[in-house]
Amino acid sequence: MSIQTVGVVGAGVMGRGVSQVLSQAGLNAILVDVSDEILDQARLEIKQNIRLQRMMNKTAPGETTDAVLQRIEFSNEYQKLERVDFLIENVTENFEIKREVYRQLDVICPDHCVFAANTSAIPITRLAALTKRPAKVIGMHFMNPVPMKPTVEVIKGFNTSAETISTAQELLERIGKEGIVVNDSPGFVTNRVLMLTINEAIFVLQEQVADAETIDRLFKTCFGHKMGPLETADLIGLDTILNSIEVLYESFNDSKYRPCPLLKKLVDAGFHGRKSGRGFYFY
Amino acid sequence: MDDPRLKIRTFFAQRFRGYELNDDEDIFAIGFVNSIFALQLVMFVEKEFGVVVEDEDLELANFNSINAITALIDRKNGGTD
Repeated sequence: MSIQTVGVVGAGVMGRGVSQVLSQAGLNAILVDVSDEILDQARLEIKQNIRLQRMMNKTAPGETTDAVLQRIEFSNEYQKLERVDFLIENVTENFEIKREVYRQLDVICPDHCVFAANTSAIPITRLAALTKRPAKVIGMHFMNPVPMKPTVEVIKGFNTSAETISTAQELLERIGKEGIVVNDSPGFVTNRVLMLTINEAIFVLQEQVADAETIDRLFKTCFGHKMGPLETADLIGLDTILNSIEVLYESFNDSKYRPCPLLKKLVDAGFHGRKSGRGFYFY
Repeated sequence: MDDPRLKIRTFFAQRFRGYELNDDEDIFAIGFVNSIFALQLVMFVEKEFGVVVEDEDLELANFNSINAITALIDRKNGGTD
């Protein structure tokens, strides 16, 4: 299948990054979100990121910023997705919200369209069951920031066909990324292990074993990690972390995934990390 | 007439607390700044001096020192396109 147009649902952090890389690879993208305000911000941010990459790359790019941006259509209408060949869904990490989104997409999108769920923890098999095309539903867990991370965790749902996996891999290759395939399980590999690590680091902080800077510094200097767990939490967003760990807790019914009370308190207090100016650190 | 150089120096002074940045020093080479800062710098130049930074201007060489930035602004304001 030759993919010409890719639908991107959800114009948050991930949707913006995905749209940018698609268009930079020469594909057409339709970025859909329910909020016009978010779409306007998305357009601005994508433009700035394209300019930034132009500045930081030493190779001369073949196209103008405007030419790249023009390949992205911004819309608040799901109906626009009726002509897409492939779709990447990045709405809020919440099953009820996704349920309604997939219900609509299944009706609007053409039969041949693959649905790639850019979810960090919700089981792909469960999302696939919301549609009449479970063989065409796959997980594509992009990392943040999308333009900079070369690898994508690809998740095979219980009913995902080999053809769908192949289509997904081809698309990733076209946008300069490598897909690594894993089986479906709550949190897959990356998020399950990472959320547990971050949650435990928050417990360590709550118990005052060490302060935030010390915890992060130990990970960076002892293990060579680029960022410590708490800095990573701030980057991902504490609300997202909490959402994810709650999904893991409900999925496994294992108390090791119980959210740390300090995490809940910070999220309640509005300290969501970088995006809100404050998390474990100030920004 | 405002000297752009002064405004640019202030911009850096506010961000590089305690470090005396020379006009010809390469801000990227000394390791203080990252790509996010580079973008903030471009946006500052556009907003503060009313210039439009075009695609062909988007090179590190135009933004990597106070001298470079001042020269870019002079070109955009004084020169012909």
